[in-house]
Amino acid sequence: MRFVFFFITAIVSAAFCYLLDTKVLLKIPLGKLLSPQEGIWQNAEPVDQQYSADLHFGNLTGKTEVYFDARLVPHVFAENENDAYFVQGFLHAKFRLWQMELQTLAAAGRLSEVLGEVAINHDREFRRLGMNYAAENALQEMEKDEQTKSACDAYTAGVNAYMTKLTNSTLSVEYKLLGIKPERWTNFKSALFLKYMSYNLSGFENDFEMTNAKSYFNKNDFDKLFPVHQDSVDPVIPKGTAVIEPKVHPVTPAFADSLYFNFIKDSAINVVESEKPNPNNGSNNWAVSGMKTKSGAPILCNDPHLGLNLPSIWFEMQISVPEFNAYGVSFPGTPGIIIGFNDHCAFGFTNSERDVRDYYEIKFKDNSKREYWFDSSWKKTTLRIERIKIAGKSDLLDTVAYTVFGPVMYDHSFNSKKGLNKNYAVSWTAYEKSNEFKTFYLLDRARNYDDYLEAVNYLNTPGQNCVFACKTGDIAIRAAGDFPAKWNGQGDFIMPGTDSGYMWQGMIPKEETPFQYNPERGFVSSANQLPVDTPYPYYLGRNYPLYRARYLNSQLTAMQNITPQNMMALQTNNHDLYAEMAVPVLLKNIQTEKLNSQEKKYFDKLKYWNFDNDAKSVGAIVFDLTWHNLYDTVYNDNYTHAPKNSAMPSESSFLESLLKDSAYKFVDMVSTPWVETLQEMSTSALKKAVTAMEQLESDGNLEWSKYKDTHIDYLLKFPSFSRFHLPIGGGENSINATTSNHGPSWRMIVSLTEKTEAYGIYPGGQSGNPGSKFYDDAIDNWVSGNYYELWLMKKEEEKDKRIKWKMSFSKS
Amino acid sequence: MRFFVSVFLMAFLSFASCLFFPWWSIAVVCFVVSFLIPNQYGKAFLIGFVALFLLWFGLSFWLSFKNNHILAQRISVLILNMNSPFLLVLLTAFIGAVVGGFSSLSGSLLRGKPKN
Repeated sequence: MRFVFFFITAIVSAAFCYLLDTKVLLKIPLGKLLSPQEGIWQNAEPVDQQYSADLHFGNLTGKTEVYFDARLVPHVFAENENDAYFVQGFLHAKFRLWQMELQTLAAAGRLSEVLGEVAINHDREFRRLGMNYAAENALQEMEKDEQTKSACDAYTAGVNAYMTKLTNSTLSVEYKLLGIKPERWTNFKSALFLKYMSYNLSGFENDFEMTNAKSYFNKNDFDKLFPVHQDSVDPVIPKGTAVIEPKVHPVTPAFADSLYFNFIKDSAINVVESEKPNPNNGSNNWAVSGMKTKSGAPILCNDPHLGLNLPSIWFEMQISVPEFNAYGVSFPGTPGIIIGFNDHCAFGFTNSERDVRDYYEIKFKDNSKREYWFDSSWKKTTLRIERIKIAGKSDLLDTVAYTVFGPVMYDHSFNSKKGLNKNYAVSWTAYEKSNEFKTFYLLDRARNYDDYLEAVNYLNTPGQNCVFACKTGDIAIRAAGDFPAKWNGQGDFIMPGTDSGYMWQGMIPKEETPFQYNPERGFVSSANQLPVDTPYPYYLGRNYPLYRARYLNSQLTAMQNITPQNMMALQTNNHDLYAEMAVPVLLKNIQTEKLNSQEKKYFDKLKYWNFDNDAKSVGAIVFDLTWHNLYDTVYNDNYTHAPKNSAMPSESSFLESLLKDSAYKFVDMVSTPWVETLQEMSTSALKKAVTAMEQLESDGNLEWSKYKDTHIDYLLKFPSFSRFHLPIGGGENSINATTSNHGPSWRMIVSLTEKTEAYGIYPGGQSGNPGSKFYDDAIDNWVSGNYYELWLMKKEEEKDKRIKWKMSFSKS
Repeated sequence: MRFFVSVFLMAFLSFASCLFFPWWSIAVVCFVVSFLIPNQYGKAFLIGFVALFLLWFGLSFWLSFKNNHILAQRISVLILNMNSPFLLVLLTAFIGAVVGGFSSLSGSLLRGKPKN
């Protein structure tokens, strides 16, 4: 009898161990996860954690000292650059390994391997977009160059050196929760990460949406809804700068009017793109020359606007080697400093927002996708089989056909409407062979304007407005990147894939890149607006934001005797020029005599609003709600029968149309026999807004920051690992472009005085460990608009009080 | 006395074995200790339960305390749906205790009741 009980209890014990060690019973291995010596408790980093260590690795050739300051920013002092990159890889992995893993799995379309079936669509989309193909091409080019190859090799070795030191208990929380192990790092993964940035920053064309709209509206209406140019634009290179003589002459194909610019009904595209990068992925940067600053030295500022996440996309650090001494933010996943400064100069970026991704309609011979019709004959495709591994399921095989344009992303098997059998190939500059690593490699070492020029010439995709300032007094900006030389209107819509005439006919030569070098006005700036005025010989596409830039330029023009503190105020400025131009339209048209006392109260809030999107502002809410209501009532009725997924007019088209045309055609409702006026529409837009505001008021949420509700999501979206309800102002059209989940991901100000004076902050923390006090410690200061002083440490300062911990690396 | 010695031995050896082996080595430890030190069955269960409860409670509470409960707050919301580091510590202790109790009991059953 005893043995019966023995067997029962023994089996029960073993079963407990098994079930609590695996995901068979629960979604998480609960016993393993909570065991104090192996599970998550090991990630509960003591708040007085000591980071000092003495480490030895065979890959190192010299001694490297890493000094951490009180914010956990490492200042790396190495005897040679390969050791420095090795240590950078080690540190990135130590503090951000999970993030590096997740981002590269996402880029490669491999999320299903860890997240299961939910990620299949994402994975297929990224495979079909050719992310791996693009990264393979980049890797080849990077490995051809001795300098970038050895930098990446050293970096990769550093990441892997950290991984070999990992034990079950030192793995980060995420690996424990998902029950997986980290995968070895490779140079290919670094290339994938850069392509992920290319995707984020050069992937939001509207070709499908625009084609749908074109198929529905007639030419006259279409041109009214989607004007190519706006009157208020203030380009990166100011109007009136001399026109260049182009070397490439793109030719519009014959019959384009009937084959491409046609407005044929019912040619709507039934593709639904499942993921799109945020169209607000933009930024501000500017540099003022010494003649405008108090110190007489140039000041450079940059705040890249990206999706706000925890852990942050940035990791702050200093790298000091005999060849260079650079400080700034780096991407966990790639070597070098990306945005920052060195002993001689400073550099920063904003996105060019140019359309470098176009689609072509492909005619396959049959469903095998082996041949397609091109220039009057059947051409062979290259088939690439994508094997997608799925956690807990068998693999999925997906066949992608590659054409002369690029991969056929959408076909009968993916996202195209059943039975329609339409196929679309993508052309994207990110497939070109390019070595973006080299840009940052050279910028970190740049000493003067010529070095900067050489560096930015390596930048292909994503194209960027690269700003530069130097202790010699030089300031410059360059709209660098690889951009197709387009004929007028090329790539606005899906193009025919049967005729080579529609292909890109060449790239804009690098020497024809728009730039400014020490301009008379004493500053250079960009905020994602149109790079250059219309006389530029190549077509530049549409959809550039323009109000942020225009306001920024007006401020910079007026400013004199500038200090870094003035620049902080400018970077965190909440003024909304778009609202300033739009509110008069509302004030003029709202029929105040038709408002009740409650509505009148809100009308006055709008009337006396100072156009600043401050955290506590009420006027900003009144404007936002009323204006969006007006937008919806003006346009929605015109779209009732339009194909799903048709482009809507941009906010700037809407405003500029109302400013220009008091009898704007779309104001009148199509469905009613009488004619609606802008007065009626504006009044009802306000009335509708008041209902929403009364609700906000009774919930205690009648403050701009509560209404906008900025939050910073943890990468896997766990709410308790994220930060919500941040009391911060700003908005899409403010220099402080903080929206609900998007905004200044790094704010930096560098005054290039003899001893560099620099400030910066990003909304996150240096550690990616949700159990560390350094996980989100900068967020509150970022919200308040505070900055940290950036300390370009010198080796002699190793005894400085600001140093809290020291890690020594040497050869084993 | 034998009770306390067993509890102490189990807790101490569990701690030591987890320095080198996976967390479930606590089951082996409790089993072996109970097999070597004879006890009444009920008592054996209690010894394993108490030993691991105390060990895991103590360890997790200490780690969480030094962390200002930053991680426990986040994790407790994630898996318990409420912000309670203490409950997470209790759950931890309970899991250890149940595994400890059952394996201690089975060790004892294999050994058989002590004579007298």
